[in-house]
Amino acid sequence: MMPPSMQSDPVSESVAAAANRDRESVVRARDLSLTFETADGPVFALSGVDLEIDRGEFVSFIGPSGCGKTTLLRAIADLEQPTGGTLAVNGVPPREARLNRSYGYVFQAPALYPWRTIERNVTLPLEIMGMSANERRAKAGEYLDLVNLGGFEKKYPWQLSGGMQQRASIARALCFDPDLLLMDEPFGALDEIVRDHLNEQLLRLWAKTQKTVVFVTHSIPEAVFLSTKIVVMSPRPGRIIDVIPTDFPRDRTLDARESPEFLEIAHRVREGLRAGHSYDD
Amino acid sequence: MRLAFNPWMAASAVLAVTALLFPLGAGEIPLAWFDLPGLSVFVLAFAAACAWLARGKIRGLPLGLILLGAVFIGGAAALYLLYRAGAGGEARLGFWLFVFALWAAAWCGLDAIAGFASLNRLAQRGVDLLVPLLFGCWLVFLWEAVTVGFGVPQVLLPSPSMIAVRLAGSLDILAADFHQTFVKAVISGFAIGCGSGFAAAILVDRVPFLKRGLLPLGNLVSALPIVGMAPIMVMWFGFDWQSKAAVVVIMTFFPMLVNTLTGLNAAGALERDLMRSYGAKYWQTLILLRLPAAMPFIFNALKINSTLAMIGAIVAEFFGTPIVGMGFRISTEVGRLNVDMVWAEIVMAALAGSAFYGAMALCERAVTFWHPSYRQRR
Amino acid sequence: MTIEADAGSAPVPGLVSRLFAGHLGPITVVVLAIVVIWYAGAVYMNAPRQIEVFNRAQTDWGAADLIEGTLAQDRPILPAPHQILVEMKKTIIDKKITSKRSLVFHAWVTLSSTLLGFVAGAVLGILLAVGIVHVGALEKSLMPWIISSQTIPILAIAPMVVVVLGAIGLKGLVPKAIISAYLCFFPVTIGMVKGLRSPDLLQMDLLRTYSASSWQTFWKLRWPASVPFLFTSLKVAVAISLVGAIVGELPTGAQGGLGARLLAGSYYGQTIQIWSALFTAAALAASLVALVGVIERLAVRAMGGRR
Repeated sequence: MMPPSMQSDPVSESVAAAANRDRESVVRARDLSLTFETADGPVFALSGVDLEIDRGEFVSFIGPSGCGKTTLLRAIADLEQPTGGTLAVNGVPPREARLNRSYGYVFQAPALYPWRTIERNVTLPLEIMGMSANERRAKAGEYLDLVNLGGFEKKYPWQLSGGMQQRASIARALCFDPDLLLMDEPFGALDEIVRDHLNEQLLRLWAKTQKTVVFVTHSIPEAVFLSTKIVVMSPRPGRIIDVIPTDFPRDRTLDARESPEFLEIAHRVREGLRAGHSYDD
Repeated sequence: MRLAFNPWMAASAVLAVTALLFPLGAGEIPLAWFDLPGLSVFVLAFAAACAWLARGKIRGLPLGLILLGAVFIGGAAALYLLYRAGAGGEARLGFWLFVFALWAAAWCGLDAIAGFASLNRLAQRGVDLLVPLLFGCWLVFLWEAVTVGFGVPQVLLPSPSMIAVRLAGSLDILAADFHQTFVKAVISGFAIGCGSGFAAAILVDRVPFLKRGLLPLGNLVSALPIVGMAPIMVMWFGFDWQSKAAVVVIMTFFPMLVNTLTGLNAAGALERDLMRSYGAKYWQTLILLRLPAAMPFIFNALKINSTLAMIGAIVAEFFGTPIVGMGFRISTEVGRLNVDMVWAEIVMAALAGSAFYGAMALCERAVTFWHPSYRQRR
Repeated sequence: MTIEADAGSAPVPGLVSRLFAGHLGPITVVVLAIVVIWYAGAVYMNAPRQIEVFNRAQTDWGAADLIEGTLAQDRPILPAPHQILVEMKKTIIDKKITSKRSLVFHAWVTLSSTLLGFVAGAVLGILLAVGIVHVGALEKSLMPWIISSQTIPILAIAPMVVVVLGAIGLKGLVPKAIISAYLCFFPVTIGMVKGLRSPDLLQMDLLRTYSASSWQTFWKLRWPASVPFLFTSLKVAVAISLVGAIVGELPTGAQGGLGARLLAGSYYGQTIQIWSALFTAAALAASLVALVGVIERLAVRAMGGRR
């Protein structure tokens, strides 16, 4: 089902290039809070969140359900309104960033429109942004190749497997070339074998496109394997309890998960999650 | 699970043999089986075949086809008995037992064919179409046999053949009625009613306050006997087709309004967030996401409305009309007890109604091919 | 936990905004708007005839006279709502129930055949659905015909059914009830087939592991699972049953019933009478549907449902 993965690029060069770029903030949150009013009283989804995400980083938010990791991502995407603090995306408020189309969002489910072919799903944002038909088709071809879906242009989403659908939705998020890729548990619904494979592909994609990626997950191995920075979060109220930098090379492989460094970081994440949990017991 | 021995077929054989013992008809010259030796031999052969098949050696499609072939010939024989041999109107137990034997065999045959399952989609579809068709043919045969066999008065229930003759004989009247009721009243009323219901839904959708007020009211109105508005519409718009179209407009407006409003809310939260993340404008979201997602609901309304429109137009004609139209014809011919003409009109109404509905269903299939109820992995 | 405790004082939304956030406020406003439009329409549509009346009587008239006149005509093109209500009060409350002029009498005539047809149609529909779910050949051969029977404008047959059954001596209640039953059975059959099929594979497999008989499977699983579907279709059925009864009354020569009342009104141009019959029919339909809704709620509660 899964096509062979991309040929390995000379990724190390791009790693160097990324390291040399200015360390400017793509996302900057200061004392951010977000409260939902419900019938049972307010729910503190986020409280006192400070966060800095630099260009070219791969940042994972990890935590148990209800810790506000998805809410934080949605606030960055201007899909939720913070009720306190400041938040800037690319140095401007999230709403402006959204209207500038500066991020692509990948949801938990592929959210492909069933009445459109894969190609026309990928060109959807380009249509909205008013690109000409020829350009759209060229872009779609380019990005479908990038996620190894070349040849599936004329298929409908429901004719593809779950993993392929999610790759198509990644192509859709990338095709208008946003700086920032926001991913909300994109592989959560897939089985572990497909998920490992897509994780590897995602790393290559990240190295190749130089995007900044913000990634929400509740899998510790996934977070450690993918990230340059892991943000550990805790519920009630949703807050950040630890930020763990990792320094694996960008061209890491799945085997890296057996290395002692990997296990050490995974251990630290687990400790952080446990500390957060003991809070409400 | 299924018994190898088929009791229905055995019953069919027993019934056929028993039939031979009883008289066929009770006219001035009583009719008995021995007057018709050829037919009697056929019935015996039929019974023997059923008895042999009841052992269950042959099954499935072959069994079904053999049985239905036999029933077809048997049916022809029964019709021969009614029309040529003079059992019509005076049919007796021998005839009816034979019909029952045919019935049991036909049921077995249908059952055998209905159980057919094939990976070949074309064959499967063919069989799925064949079963109800054969069932329909059987019902028509039974209707013919009962009406002619018992000599049911034509006023009560004419036989299918009489209806067919009347239908073929009055095509010009039927065409004029069809033109008046269907082409003029139904089509125009349907188009205006559905169109305005759709447009109103799009407008109301922009005002959440109105939507919350109108949605429950629209649902209520759908439960009301709106056909009752017909006399008022006839007063307002006159006797001609305009008043019928007006009734159709009122009847079709609310189902369309309610379904479209519901459909516009059918798009998922993720899909909406996606549009928002692109900074899409209202009408872009409407055309690219919400209307396509609403299509199954809109077609549901179109299908409901296609039958409502026929009903509205015909019933409205009961309240006054020029001397043409399906509803007019039905009410006047009933008054004259020309029931076969009424049935001819009903057959036409049924054909028109089914064709109208079928057209909507076909469009639905083409437009909402992606919906889980239609999709198939290609 | 402490955090949630001190934040319990959520701002209480004002009464007005709360009313308008639900359905009640918007519905009231929409209904009021309809009434206002209705009055405006009544004035507009009845004005030409009223002006004619004034001119014939050669009286001077102003706008106030015109409006007053248009809302008080005997046979208005569009009667004002209050005229209809007055007529309804006169024919429902003031008249004796036994009187031929009493709307209660007519409503009862219609209601009785509605209910008889509804019960018969519902029972027939349920039986058909049970047969269809359990006998494969029945589904394949019958289901397409049941569906296409609904594309036939059945109401068109109504006068014939009434007249033909009248010819063999069946008069009054039964022919109308037959029409109602015919209209009723369809939504019930379709809904019940869906409902009886609604238990999923796991639930069916569970009963298979108990080697339950199909009788047990029916009573323990299929029937309870189909109850919500049953009530949904019963609501549709009862409304359509009323329509069937009313239309069935049209060709009977107008002795009794709301349909007869409509027909008589249209013969004599008694618009107020037509409208009050319509309003009564609408009220009847709404209360029948509401009644089924109440029974549904009771049944679901008795079955331990959450709704």
